[in-house]
Amino acid sequence: MEASSRDIETLVRREYKAGFVTDVESDAVPAGLSEDVIRLISEKKREPDFMLEWRLRAYRQWLTMRAPQWAHVHFAPIDFQSIVYYSAPKSRDDGPKSLADVDPKLLETYDKLGIPLRERELLAGVAIDAVFDSVSVATTFKDKLAALGIVFCPFSEAVQKHPDLVRKYLGSVVPYADNFYATLNSAVFSDGSFVYVPKGVRCPMELSTYFRINASKTGQFERTLIIADEGAYVSYLEGCTAPMRDENQLHAAVVELIALKDAQIKYSTVQNWYPGDEQGRGGIYNFVTKRGACRGENAKISWTQVETGSAITWKYPSVILEGDNSVGEFYSVAVTNNMQQADTGTKMLHIGRNTRSTIISKGISSGRGQNTYRGQVKVLKSAEKARNYTQCDSLLIGDRCGAHTFPYVEVRNPTASVEHEATTSKISEDQLFYLQSRGLTAEDAVSMVVNGFCKTVFKELPMEFAVEAQKLLGLSLEGAVG
Amino acid sequence: MLTITDLHASCDGKEILRGIDLQINAGEVHAIMGPNGSGKSTLANVLAGRDRYQVTRGTVKYRDVDLLQMPPEGRARAGVFLAFQYPVEIPGVSNIYLLKAALNAVRKSRGEQELDAMDFLALVKDRMQLVEMKEELLYRSVNESFSGGEKKRREILQMAVLAPYLAILDETDSGLDIDALQVVAAGVNALRSPDRAFLLITHYQRLLDYVVPDVVHVLVGGRIVKSGDRALALELERTGYADLTPAPAPATMQDGR
Ligand SMILES: Nc1ncnc2c1ncn2[C@@H]1O[C@H](COP(=O)(O)OP(=O)(O)OP(=O)(O)O)[C@@H](O)[C@H]1O
Ligand SMILES: [Mg+2]
Repeated sequence: MEASSRDIETLVRREYKAGFVTDVESDAVPAGLSEDVIRLISEKKREPDFMLEWRLRAYRQWLTMRAPQWAHVHFAPIDFQSIVYYSAPKSRDDGPKSLADVDPKLLETYDKLGIPLRERELLAGVAIDAVFDSVSVATTFKDKLAALGIVFCPFSEAVQKHPDLVRKYLGSVVPYADNFYATLNSAVFSDGSFVYVPKGVRCPMELSTYFRINASKTGQFERTLIIADEGAYVSYLEGCTAPMRDENQLHAAVVELIALKDAQIKYSTVQNWYPGDEQGRGGIYNFVTKRGACRGENAKISWTQVETGSAITWKYPSVILEGDNSVGEFYSVAVTNNMQQADTGTKMLHIGRNTRSTIISKGISSGRGQNTYRGQVKVLKSAEKARNYTQCDSLLIGDRCGAHTFPYVEVRNPTASVEHEATTSKISEDQLFYLQSRGLTAEDAVSMVVNGFCKTVFKELPMEFAVEAQKLLGLSLEGAVG
Repeated sequence: MLTITDLHASCDGKEILRGIDLQINAGEVHAIMGPNGSGKSTLANVLAGRDRYQVTRGTVKYRDVDLLQMPPEGRARAGVFLAFQYPVEIPGVSNIYLLKAALNAVRKSRGEQELDAMDFLALVKDRMQLVEMKEELLYRSVNESFSGGEKKRREILQMAVLAPYLAILDETDSGLDIDALQVVAAGVNALRSPDRAFLLITHYQRLLDYVVPDVVHVLVGGRIVKSGDRALALELERTGYADLTPAPAPATMQDGR
């Protein structure tokens, strides 16, 4: 039996908690996009020539491209000339050398978000590269990591200090001409994170970046590049929030992961950007290209995402399974409420023999939210005995929301096996009453049912971030004894 | 403990309870028997606060407060517990997680400190011995692929952990094998105390062999048509409900204790 939808909707409706603007002086280039703006960005970042050339190639390509129309999302056309492509908070020097150099106001912002950076430093096991608008303002644990040969730094710093690595891998998974938004990103990306874990090294701590969009009318274009060399392991978490604003803000990031032979990369995202108000005004457009390549035997890449924010989410973290026996995983929870639209899923491209992929997608829709799963499993002729398992579950809260599932399967090798399961369910009044009769408020009861629904995905999140995920989700996660 | 006076309740405009009067004192065990569809589960659900049923008349006083004014979670926190006739499944939520959330919600509302993981686990393990439940079941999702008997035991475990003042067991004995029945009975008997009361809804006198009730009521057509001691249960087993038609006027055979 379905619970009275309005009751449940009120329960899941929450005010956006991260809506505040930090008042710091910004160093921004004028709005609009041109070759000059790109040259300016590159100059401000003191980039080597190869970087500028790459940007310009992308820009010229972008001019010939058109925004994609196929996603199950609706929005007014974006005016790319009204966007500010570079904005950095002004610091005393040219960028902070340590946390002590960081503008206290910025630290305050992170505090409000529940990311006490200073405490984090003490909390062993977590290193944070915090991105405020376009520039990384604080990087912790760098020294500890450096001792192991691990590079974890803002992308712009990697361009300076590790140009060979950047040159070798940048665009090797997501080429600059890949798609409209990725190409735009390639032209104008401002910063992001760079990770390199050398051969045989197991990164001893979770690496984490918190992105936050602050300055008004600023599109954020992060570029993240993570390379796990042979036999290396790294787990990375990205968490995001943005202040409440009226105008829609564009976020078009690119994340590239490269796992060489026997290497493993675990990439987790908790995305809580401003979703817009109940009428669908404002909110972030989250158009992101995330892709990983398993470049050697036994390589493994896992994407775990918890997507609760943004007005529109449009992302398909994918894995290219080149190496034999390599493994790709995608675990996703996407929540849409009010007028939010999410079109998300994954692509698994099986090339090597015995490659395996697992896709677990949990979509939760309430209010008038629209949740679309779009997943592609492609098994090439070379992918002898490839296997895929896809499970795609939708939970509806109320009766004005929607869930859509678009699986695309293409198998060119007869020894491959591809399995797809899908369910759609509603929170039942019986479940809510049962939990209430055990002393839980209706709100906690909804939260518990939703968490149970998401459990198979949540358990993939690194333990260290369980609390953060809980905070950002506004849902209570299963406790430590669960 | 509980005083129900002239309670009428309906669902979708259909009157199901037609004037229930019932007095349960602390320390007592009452049994309610009655034919299918007579309103036993409805009574249990109304007491637990299910808003699907509308109370159209009457009052329910529980430990000096108006029970009907409280939301379901408020009743649970005040010590009312309902073991469901058909416990629902909640996929992905482990038993132990629900138990902990429930216990801490109750404790918090009473101004008691929440139990930490260690103390909680110790308590649960202690209570599990009462219901002879395998520890493995603790970590499984709430009722997901539990057998009928396992679900019922799980309800008893919840009761044992939450230690309510008023426990309503809706056919907890149905569908249990004889060993499980004894386990449920042992659980109830272990919790029996002067400050606690039980309302056992059952179809079988069998349970009452193990949990000896102070009063037995017969519910027919939404009214209590007869009350007596446990001999009444034995008698019903022989004669059935055929002779007991709903009385035209509300039956007021309350037990005087
Ligand atoms: N939600 C509901 N909607 C409509 N009718 C209901 C509802 N719940 C109960 N009823 C009706 O009310 C009457 C009493 O039901 P109830 O479940 O209380 O009986 P019971 O005495 O517990 O029966 P059993 O011994 O079979 O468990 C039945 O006729 C039933 O069909
Ligand atoms: Mg019943």
